[in-house]
Amino acid sequence: MTHASKTGASAPPVEVHDLTVSYQNKPVLWDVDFTLPEGTLTAIVGPNGAGKSTLIKVIMGLIEPVSGHALIYGKPLQQMRKRIAYVPQRESVDWNFPVSVLDVVLMGRYAHLKMFRRPGRRDRELALQALEKVGMAAYSDRQIAQLSGGQQQRVFLARALAQDADIYFMDEPFAGVDASTEEHILQLLRELRSAGRTVIVVHHDLQTVSDYFDWVLMLNLRLVAIGPMETTFTKENLQKAYGGRLNILTQVIELSRRENFVRETEHD
Amino acid sequence: MTTFWIILTACLASAACALVGTYLVLRKQAMLGDAISHAVLPGIAIAFLLTASRNTFPMLLGAGAFGLLTVYLTEKLQERGRLMNDASMGIVFTTLFAIGVIIITLFASSVDLDHECILFGEIAYVPWDIWFFAGMNMGPRPVWILGLVLVINLIFILGCYKELKIYAFDRQLAVSMGIPVAFIHYGLMGTVSFSTIASFESVGAILVVALIVVPPATAYLLTRRLSVMLVLAVAFGVLSSLSGYYLAYITNTSIAGAIAVMAGIFFALALFFSPLDGVFIRRNRKVTLEAPEAVAGMAAGKNREDSIPLT
Repeated sequence: MTHASKTGASAPPVEVHDLTVSYQNKPVLWDVDFTLPEGTLTAIVGPNGAGKSTLIKVIMGLIEPVSGHALIYGKPLQQMRKRIAYVPQRESVDWNFPVSVLDVVLMGRYAHLKMFRRPGRRDRELALQALEKVGMAAYSDRQIAQLSGGQQQRVFLARALAQDADIYFMDEPFAGVDASTEEHILQLLRELRSAGRTVIVVHHDLQTVSDYFDWVLMLNLRLVAIGPMETTFTKENLQKAYGGRLNILTQVIELSRRENFVRETEHD
Repeated sequence: MTTFWIILTACLASAACALVGTYLVLRKQAMLGDAISHAVLPGIAIAFLLTASRNTFPMLLGAGAFGLLTVYLTEKLQERGRLMNDASMGIVFTTLFAIGVIIITLFASSVDLDHECILFGEIAYVPWDIWFFAGMNMGPRPVWILGLVLVINLIFILGCYKELKIYAFDRQLAVSMGIPVAFIHYGLMGTVSFSTIASFESVGAILVVALIVVPPATAYLLTRRLSVMLVLAVAFGVLSSLSGYYLAYITNTSIAGAIAVMAGIFFALALFFSPLDGVFIRRNRKVTLEAPEAVAGMAAGKNREDSIPLT
């Protein structure tokens, strides 16, 4: 894609330096420091409360760190906002809000529109293309209140696609979606990677991590490990990240998978 | 002519309130209108003391400042004090309101600033509150003020339509895109403050809340489009004003009270007969609700699920 030319210098897409974050004096992230290479699909994994969502929120400028900073292509976020896209957790918005599916996807274009400017024809085209990519083109006029959980997630992804960014941050896009949506998201992630985009995904399902992603960032308050899947996603590192909880955790995962399965069949 | 001025005042007030109220209702902050309408009292009192007159503009400014202060203090209290949003709001606005009452009773008791009027307003006196400009009779002062506030609201909403939409729907995304969320937030709170203050002279602080919440809530039940919701909210506000005036005329009661009653009646009608989500529609829809996707939607808390099959 036009990607390499846009980048110019070879600064890495995401750099995080000595990042510490706290909520009411309790640390949530402690001295996290890493660099992500371009064109990777990275999963952020770790136990509940490990600071996974917080990490991407800090990089996106939604939370102020106590110390440290993040750089996007070697520059502060403020100059690079147009080159990043964010897929927040589905539950973070009110799905009864009076807008249509296309309206939500068009919001992805707002990053490229000046103040007081309305989205134009080209923006609508891009939004519709994005909807097509997630298999939701037929729903563009639908009110978002009528969507199932999986469809909501796809609309959020389409919105991020419409942002036409170089780096995508996604907060648990696979949480509670049906099998067909999971397949769609996965295919999309791979398309983004082959287009040279960098994708960072908070992921909770340890069973699928190594199938879906090529890099992994393991987090538990501190950075446990980061690197290519084969060398980093090891039992040893998992022990370090999840501690003694790993065995119980695997059982919980099994249980929740079964529950998810029940919920998904209800959805479809 | 008196009738005309009274109705026009009521319509302007309800339109201005409905526009900003729509965003408050969507942000689940409807009671902020209530909080602001009370918390601005010290602002009005201070402006009155400083200028020693019932000149409107200093009062608007004082009230606007205290409106924003209410919002700011509520947010800070929530953040720093680890309190719930509604509790923080309850603390801030009652305290400010009480301070206002004390200022008025201490310093202004000898002069013409009536807290009865601030609470309940009296729209029937509007035609005699004439604005003289360069010796010319320009018509009732409240009409000019409310007209100005309505124009400000319209400019703000039309100019920042997309920013307001994304701010109300997904604030995090808006921040991540670099949209000036703080400007939009305080802009909205400023317009809410102005609308509240300009209106409550006529309809009173309590009924302002009805104008801010009820017509937008009625519109919310009837549409799933933001633009339509804005238009419907204004329409219901104006309709409540017109019918409220005649209700008051027939029953010889308070005009402001009758307007609020009519707004409530329109809301009840929408609640029962809305084609989208009305109680009667829902009853008739029971059979279709048993379709599996609707059940799943219900389980996920989406009881606004439509009956149209999803695939």
